[in-house]
Amino acid sequence: MNLTSLRRTLGAFAFVLAGFAGLTSCADKAETADLPEQLPFVGEREIRPRADGGPADTVIATIPDFRLRNQDGQVITNATFGGKVYITDFFFATCPSICPKMQSELLRVYEKFKGDERVHFLSHTIDPAHDSIPVLRDYAQRLGIQNAARWHFATASHDSIFSLARAYMTAAQKDSTVAGGFAHSGAFALIDSQRRIRGVYDGMNPLEVERLMQELPVLLAEEKARAGK
Amino acid sequence: MSRLLRLAGALAFLLILAGCFTERQNEGHRLYDANCSNCHGESGEGLRQLIPPLAGSDYLKVNRAALACLLRKGANGPMTVNGKLYQQVMPGNATLTDAEITNLLNYVQTSWGNSNEVFTIREVTEQLTGCGGSIVR
Ligand code: HEC
Repeated sequence: MNLTSLRRTLGAFAFVLAGFAGLTSCADKAETADLPEQLPFVGEREIRPRADGGPADTVIATIPDFRLRNQDGQVITNATFGGKVYITDFFFATCPSICPKMQSELLRVYEKFKGDERVHFLSHTIDPAHDSIPVLRDYAQRLGIQNAARWHFATASHDSIFSLARAYMTAAQKDSTVAGGFAHSGAFALIDSQRRIRGVYDGMNPLEVERLMQELPVLLAEEKARAGK
Repeated sequence: MSRLLRLAGALAFLLILAGCFTERQNEGHRLYDANCSNCHGESGEGLRQLIPPLAGSDYLKVNRAALACLLRKGANGPMTVNGKLYQQVMPGNATLTDAEITNLLNYVQTSWGNSNEVFTIREVTEQLTGCGGSIVR
């Protein structure tokens, strides 16, 4: 093989490779079934210097204290979810874009786990000015959620909702340039009984929601082991 | 040898093109997925009592003459579909052309088991002129 033909062959090889790379890139990304043994801790680590000058402690960020009102008018706080795990998202009733799809995906998770008392759901409105308690109740009931026993549709002051959204790593902000007036991601966050985020999933992507449904039992097993200790 | 490889490469490339970029869907279907499916569902199934279905909707027949303007202007009053009362916001769309609205409506009228009468562009333009929303390009 002389040099030119070698070069040509290599060129052709590259072409084939590029072709196959293209093929795999558009093939469905099948979710691999290998689940982690333990779910990771998502979110920032806080480094706390020790008073005695020893090595600093790393503390996993936790969800701050909150006080909300749900669609039944009840006050809910972190304690409402004590000993439970919950999945949270941010929406608003008149959302013209992603919310219906997102809520129908969360409904899928709810339907699958509604028999399990340990799993709760918490949807925050990011439009508290419009989404009063009666509006939230109507919305929940239209979605088929008759009361707040397992799925809370909650409101609070605008500021506390938006800082909570940051804490849950689901971006939400006022943005008059987008339809509906709010920009927000369709993320679902999974929170353990110790207020720690154990997963963030794109609620607009059915494959990601599938992953949430596979990972939730992993967290439940961990919780069970903790409770048994 | 290198020719063969080149051929294989070209073939793989064509396969990708075919797999990723074929216009499998007509414009109506594409526009539906882009503008409507988040709410009404990929198969027009709606969402419980929140968003009315398009598949098997009686509204599509009864209110045929108002559909183009519904897409243009949106709705937020109470609305009865298949005997159920809905009351949520459906956003209007200020940029779709009359031709696009025609394709969109015809997709809705003939998909998921629907077999309703389709529209001509002319008819859609007439409807849209009635609500000051005709866009012809
Ligand atoms: C933000 C969610 C949303 C989007 C996006 C949306 N709709 Fe709707 N649609 C609704 C709601 C809610 C109603 C009921 C409105 C009411 O209660 O006044 C409705 C009603 C309708 C109806 C009449 C009732 C029925 O079910 O037959 C049709 C037809 C319709 N939409 C078609 C469309 C089409 C086509 C698109 C895309 C161009 C679209 N919609 C986009 C939410 C939406």
